[in-house]
Amino acid sequence: MKALNFLTRTRTGRGADWTDWLSYAYLVMGLFLMFGPVLWLVMSSFKTESALSEFPPSFLPYGQKSVAVPGEDKMKPVYRVKMPDGTTKDLAELRRIGLTATLVDPARPDDLIRVNVKDREPVREFKLATENYTDLGGQIKFGTYLWNSVFITVIATILTLLFNSMAAFALSKYKFSGRTGVFLMILGTLMVPPAIVLVPNFLVVSELGLLNSLWGVIWPAIATPTGVFLLRQYMLTIPDELLEAARMDNASEWQIYWRIVLPLAAPALAVLAIFSVMWRWNDFLWPLIVLSKNEKFTLQLALNAFQGDLVTQWNYLLAMTVITLLPITIVFAFLQKYITQGIASAGVK
Amino acid sequence: MKTKASTPWFFLAPNLAVILLFTFVPITINFLYAFTGGVGLYPNQRPGVGVANFSTLLDCASYFDPSSCRKDIFWKSVWNTAKYAVFQVSLMVLFSLITAVVLNRKIIGRGFWRGVFFYPVLLSPVVVALIWKWILQRDGLLNAAMVAMDAQPILWLAEPGWAFFWVTFVSIWAHMGFYTLILLAGLQAIPADLYEAAQLDKASPWRSLTRITLPLLMPNLLVVVVLAMIKAVQIFDEVFVLTGGGPGSATTFIVQFIYQTAFVEPIRLYGIAAAGSLLLAVALVALTLLQLRLSKADEMGERAK
Repeated sequence: MKALNFLTRTRTGRGADWTDWLSYAYLVMGLFLMFGPVLWLVMSSFKTESALSEFPPSFLPYGQKSVAVPGEDKMKPVYRVKMPDGTTKDLAELRRIGLTATLVDPARPDDLIRVNVKDREPVREFKLATENYTDLGGQIKFGTYLWNSVFITVIATILTLLFNSMAAFALSKYKFSGRTGVFLMILGTLMVPPAIVLVPNFLVVSELGLLNSLWGVIWPAIATPTGVFLLRQYMLTIPDELLEAARMDNASEWQIYWRIVLPLAAPALAVLAIFSVMWRWNDFLWPLIVLSKNEKFTLQLALNAFQGDLVTQWNYLLAMTVITLLPITIVFAFLQKYITQGIASAGVK
Repeated sequence: MKTKASTPWFFLAPNLAVILLFTFVPITINFLYAFTGGVGLYPNQRPGVGVANFSTLLDCASYFDPSSCRKDIFWKSVWNTAKYAVFQVSLMVLFSLITAVVLNRKIIGRGFWRGVFFYPVLLSPVVVALIWKWILQRDGLLNAAMVAMDAQPILWLAEPGWAFFWVTFVSIWAHMGFYTLILLAGLQAIPADLYEAAQLDKASPWRSLTRITLPLLMPNLLVVVVLAMIKAVQIFDEVFVLTGGGPGSATTFIVQFIYQTAFVEPIRLYGIAAAGSLLLAVALVALTLLQLRLSKADEMGERAK
């Protein structure tokens, strides 16, 4: 009873009432609903192709047990066999012809046992089909897709940080005619998502010779209004006296930007970097239009092409999906606080 | 000390050049496309057709019956988008609100629980779609549950009604964490002494929810609704991977119509696609202006508090 009191005690000091129970019930249901599907994906990605086609599916990845039999090169699958005398035995199957299977006890390899296939059942054990992951490199140019995604994400993020911070620096630290106009113009591009200028942007990119080039994905994406806005708001809080002092010391304007303002704006840059990595890693519609050659595919495009195949190889598709969500999950696990704070303060994602 | 007048422009140049080349030039060309016909990609190969593209899109015996329209898929996608926006936004905001209210209570491990609901927001639309496609497929987890409960398995993504339901459900699943976060920030701005006063007056939890929380949260709620609307009318990625717009055109939305008209069909009607995007742009501009107005009213309200 005391233990129950302790467990249900809340921060307010009073005991838990029905609204608390309801809250926790809701949260646990949310945990199940939000993480369950992802967990199911990860579990499934470790199943062999044959285990994936089982119905109903098992939660944990199981595979058929196999053993080495003296005198055989390959591992042999293990079956539980009902013997003629009514007992059961675990035996390794050497071959199967028609309805007759030839099995053997690995301890006594000379003693061949022939039974009807109906009298044997596969022995299953917990087994991670890591080959779903290790095969990816060889069979489907996974390395190329990964490289394309990483290249786009890294280069676009660096350029976004550079271009946006330069613009934000000009908009927050100089007074010049047209400043408000430029700022509003940049913010106005928020109203022009890629979906609106799909067709003409295709023309621009193809005229620049950037079709089927990773740069065709990078350039149109880097002048983010969100980034300029975020950085400008932050740079406004950097006192102008610092800049004046540097000018006294004959620092050039570029040095002021590069040596003083950028380092001071590091927290805002970090938030923008996280956003940019997320945006570019997850981009789909625009790359879908620019990159039509298989060897230029990003991970997202490869996943899409794969699932559209006539015969979907789910075991590889699932493994690839897990690898695609891994970087974002790791970033999230370590930077959750900064991401949620950044989103709450900027109201963007 | 004076800086040269050209200095700010030097810093602005790279960003402005990119915006000019990939936003303003395309907007201009988009108008050119919308008022020209043919299948040429280059504007000089395209004959002017006036407003023909728009009249083709808007040619309808009855706007409520897509099959009576010349571009029936367009109107089907418009109505699908409208239906989707209404259901998705209202349900998502409702669940975000419930979640935010729960997360705002004195609960143990708030950071963890907040993370739980926020995690799917970060996943890519393709990954989200594949996660659910795997669950909803014929021999998937959900049908295993159906069979375990002695029900018939259902082809979830092959029946129009169910496909639409799951498209809506999956997008709520993927995005509600974002709106929960914004509403949570709004809830935390409500002064705690209001609730203490309510407790002294022995107000029931329900009463303090409807009399304190909801009225004070209203400005945030409106902003969230409009933000969600802006996203909802642009829905494409998840749905494209999950259902491909099918079965038939049951889950075809406006952006997919634009994409298919311009890049998938054997005869690429850039003019029709551009006219479609302009119509979509009108809706987006209206929604964005509404949002700006609401956030301004929101700020005024903050100051008045």
